[in-house]
Amino acid sequence: MDLPALLAVGQTALELGLICSLTVLALFLSYSMLNVCDLSTDGCFTLGAAVGAVVAAAGHPLLSIPAAMLAGMCSGLVTALLQTKFGIDSLLSGIIVNTGLYSVNIAVMSGSAQINLNKSGTVFTMVKDLLAGTPLVGQSTTVVAGAAVILTVAFLTFFLNTRLGLAIRATGNNPDMVRSSSINPVFTTIVGLCVANTFTGLSGCLMAQSQKMSEINIGSGMVTIALASLLIGSTLLGRGGIFTRAVGMVVGAFIFRLVYAVALRLDVLPAFMLKLISSVIVALAIALPYLKAQWPTISRRLSYRSASRGGN
Amino acid sequence: MLNIANISKTFNPGTVNEKKAITGLSLHLAPGDFVTIIGSNGAGKSTLFNAIAGSFLTDSGSIVLDGQDITFLPEFKRAKSIGRLFQDPMRGSAPGMSIEENLALAAGSGGWFSHMGQKDRMRFRDKLALLDMGLEDRMRQPVGLLSGGQRQALTLLMATMMPPKLLLLDEHTAALDPGTAEKVLKLTRDIVAEHHITTMMVTHNMKQALDLGSRTLMMAGGNIVLDVSGQERSGMTVDGLLRRFKAGTGKDLDNDRILLSE
Repeated sequence: MDLPALLAVGQTALELGLICSLTVLALFLSYSMLNVCDLSTDGCFTLGAAVGAVVAAAGHPLLSIPAAMLAGMCSGLVTALLQTKFGIDSLLSGIIVNTGLYSVNIAVMSGSAQINLNKSGTVFTMVKDLLAGTPLVGQSTTVVAGAAVILTVAFLTFFLNTRLGLAIRATGNNPDMVRSSSINPVFTTIVGLCVANTFTGLSGCLMAQSQKMSEINIGSGMVTIALASLLIGSTLLGRGGIFTRAVGMVVGAFIFRLVYAVALRLDVLPAFMLKLISSVIVALAIALPYLKAQWPTISRRLSYRSASRGGN
Repeated sequence: MLNIANISKTFNPGTVNEKKAITGLSLHLAPGDFVTIIGSNGAGKSTLFNAIAGSFLTDSGSIVLDGQDITFLPEFKRAKSIGRLFQDPMRGSAPGMSIEENLALAAGSGGWFSHMGQKDRMRFRDKLALLDMGLEDRMRQPVGLLSGGQRQALTLLMATMMPPKLLLLDEHTAALDPGTAEKVLKLTRDIVAEHHITTMMVTHNMKQALDLGSRTLMMAGGNIVLDVSGQERSGMTVDGLLRRFKAGTGKDLDNDRILLSE
């Protein structure tokens, strides 16, 4: 691979990494902080893409961003209400919302499974026009996604250190403590999931507009891909304050995309392998610490067995 | 301060596992009372605490705290005026959060979007220094790194950061080694005395039950069978207490963890 090709691969990985890191930051809030595995992420990502694309296609690319975020927040609210107020298991409520969102998303896209944005303005084309004449003109995707990521990291750093943020973290960290404290876990779970899904919606919106199209499967497998990035990020920068850890999420998303893009470019892997790889990363990252802790028992059992066999 | 009128609680009613945990219990505490509670296994001590704290709603009767009827108030709302410590020292603090973050959460000052400031940190530092455990120099460390005794002392600090109207201590030193237990108990006494907090403490140490506080309750079969205070209590020995228990219930005090003396 020559240098320009390498740079192009890096550029793509950076753009995709930045856009997807918003979903990773959403899971950082719901999965790492609130300890809820939000399986509605795929559908919420697509909802953000669909709402963003529809509003942009209607000629309001700027409005598409708050619209997609609001849609994501509503989706998070439904997931949160199901698990806090209606006694539905948190995994199941995510799955239920995810399934329901499939129909909602097609309805948002006026019954079609795809929306093309080739002829419409997007936030990216708007910024490209603004940047005309500056050296950054070719970097409009990076600029927009980068700005969104910086704002999100800044917001999360602020938010998770407020009293409300501390309460949300405690809810995930020690439910026993929260149950007998003046924190209402129903309230903190609802706020946490609403905020998290706002960012998932934003992530989907930016993805659709950067690809100039939204389709019903744009978010499929997103939760696993984002979890893989999250686990890479927390391995690298898992200790320290909220800011460090949030930056770790962005770095994790970038590394995941970079490694994958290089493998793709070198024809090591066909494109359809993305989801298997993310599944393997997530499974390994969660299984390895467990197996490591189990290892003394396993090795004792093995040596016990071989010793007794030797005795025979 | 606390007025409990004729409360009852039956678990699993109408099944083979039916258990009448509290049966028509009434209790009145004056402001500043420090009550120790002893009793057999399954006498209803923890159930009484759960009922007061709102872990469940009682089947009948009423609970009034400082003039406010809290009979149907949800647990997290009661927690604003009731502090609670459990036997398990891991239960009262968030291990993944730092000492100062745990304290900031307990301090409860400011609105939802308030941040911990330098002034708060100074206040936490002063409070932590009182524990004499060196925690004031470890404020940014995660609580998960602390020992059980340190965590229980921190929990005590958190529960009394905003002095509650009522403090419930459910054998909060039972899981600690004797030296640490002594230290946490001394802290408890100091903090309770400083803020004149009305306190109820379950203990399985008979001597402690008589030494600490101003009033001793004995529970059996979901009710209070013995209530001693004042002159009668100050002259009482562990033996005398056991005799009174037998006279009241016709049974020996049966608790597999009871400590009859130091």
